[in-house]
Amino acid sequence: MCGIVGLFLKKDDLRPRLGDMLTDMLITMTDRGPDSAGIAIYGDAEAGRTKITVQSEDPARAFADLDAAVSEALGQPVTLTVVDTHAVLIVPDDRVAEATALLEDRGLRVMGSGASMEIYKEVGLPRDVAARFGLRQMGGSHGIGHTRMATESAVTTMGAHPFSTAPDQCLVHNGSLSNHNQMRRRLAKKGVFTRSENDTEVGAAYISSRIAEGASLGEALDGTIRDLDGFFTFVMGTRTGFGVVRDPIACKPAVMAETDDYVAFASEYRAFADLPGIEAARVWEPEPATVYFWER
Amino acid sequence: MTTTLDMTALDLRQVNTRLQAAARAQANEDYVITNPRGSHAMACGLDGPLGVTIKGSTGYYCAGMNKEATITVEGSAGPGVAENMMSGTVTIHGDASQYAGATGHGGLLNIKGNASSRCGISMKGIDIVVHGNIGHMSAFMAQKGNLVVLGDAGDALGDSIYEARLFVRGSVKSLGADCIEKEMRPEHLETLAALLDKAGADARPEEFRRYGSARKLYNFNIDHADEY
Repeated sequence: MCGIVGLFLKKDDLRPRLGDMLTDMLITMTDRGPDSAGIAIYGDAEAGRTKITVQSEDPARAFADLDAAVSEALGQPVTLTVVDTHAVLIVPDDRVAEATALLEDRGLRVMGSGASMEIYKEVGLPRDVAARFGLRQMGGSHGIGHTRMATESAVTTMGAHPFSTAPDQCLVHNGSLSNHNQMRRRLAKKGVFTRSENDTEVGAAYISSRIAEGASLGEALDGTIRDLDGFFTFVMGTRTGFGVVRDPIACKPAVMAETDDYVAFASEYRAFADLPGIEAARVWEPEPATVYFWER
Repeated sequence: MTTTLDMTALDLRQVNTRLQAAARAQANEDYVITNPRGSHAMACGLDGPLGVTIKGSTGYYCAGMNKEATITVEGSAGPGVAENMMSGTVTIHGDASQYAGATGHGGLLNIKGNASSRCGISMKGIDIVVHGNIGHMSAFMAQKGNLVVLGDAGDALGDSIYEARLFVRGSVKSLGADCIEKEMRPEHLETLAALLDKAGADARPEEFRRYGSARKLYNFNIDHADEY
């Protein structure tokens, strides 16, 4: 059992409240996943610049001179924002590979990167994780979150969701995949590698690799129904929106709500209780083996 | 007399304790629950005559094990609504999530919207009327009772069905193992008319088709021995 929440804003005036609304939804899903919690939030993008989110077990030491070191190595200034165990570096688009290698050499864990996506995830209760990162204060156009009850890999930061396997793409999952080892090997043969032992990361890598091969988000999500075996309700975030797909058996719960202001996803209706205008929202259960997505 | 219980002031256990005590006392009173906020296990285990109206949507296992009570959800219901109901009436104004009315022994589950997968799974005498559509694997291993669907049914309807009767007005995406379309006889039309009337459904019995067991799985067939 895990909990998933997602919120996609149709209007800009709610953007400053995105983190606040997502935090309430995430905390409500604590019963479904008290082991770890995470959120991917799509905020403001700056042309020509990429955000890289990194994590460290020892942030005081790791982040102390990080901006100076990276700036010196790249030969141009970078911006660093430290948020508890995480830090977001903003680097020029054409230096991302170089910067990522540098960060990994320094022992930092790369959570994800992208023009607008930032990822924050840690072990602990959703309430505590949200407070550490100040999720309530974060704004943006859309975001997805996850509360984990671990099954397929250990309770660690790297085993927490969301998983990002390509710029601005991330995945959260309720369920368990049974062919993830086989799929991990198949992807490795194509040069697509995962960082953890986790099944969901393989699902994320599968979707990213399909998109990299030219599939649309809809086609890539559709492919999960055919190529991934097991139970899943997936919510996939991209720079422009999010998508939802459930396996054909659909025993993992899912509910959606839509108003003129937003589209919301949750494992249970409880997570919607505080959303503005929920009483008048269209609320429905996404169909099994059917791809839904919203883009701006 | 109607008593209102507000769930912003009372927690779930306090609300259910009040309802269960009133049901046991055979009080036959009416209760209104406000601000349910999708809570789990609301109004479950009511063992006597009682009217309960829930003003909003509910989470898992609402109205489970109901006996004699009349429960109305003025919203949608999460998974397992009216699971193992013995008698009474449960009405859902919105949609119901998966396995609505599972293992129910009696009473009426009246869903005004759609029901999702596994509706009426292993039903044992309950009557279920769904005004919209139902999802896949509905009435799996259904033993007794009636499932009436005004809309369409999903894949594998009535798989491994025993003696429950299934009435569908719309299309059936596919029938499950050992489930077949059956002749609609006068007694079926009569049963269906009574159920439609009781559920306040706007449909005529003649518009429905009946499905049930081919009874081929009841006994072991020696010709299939090689398949095991």
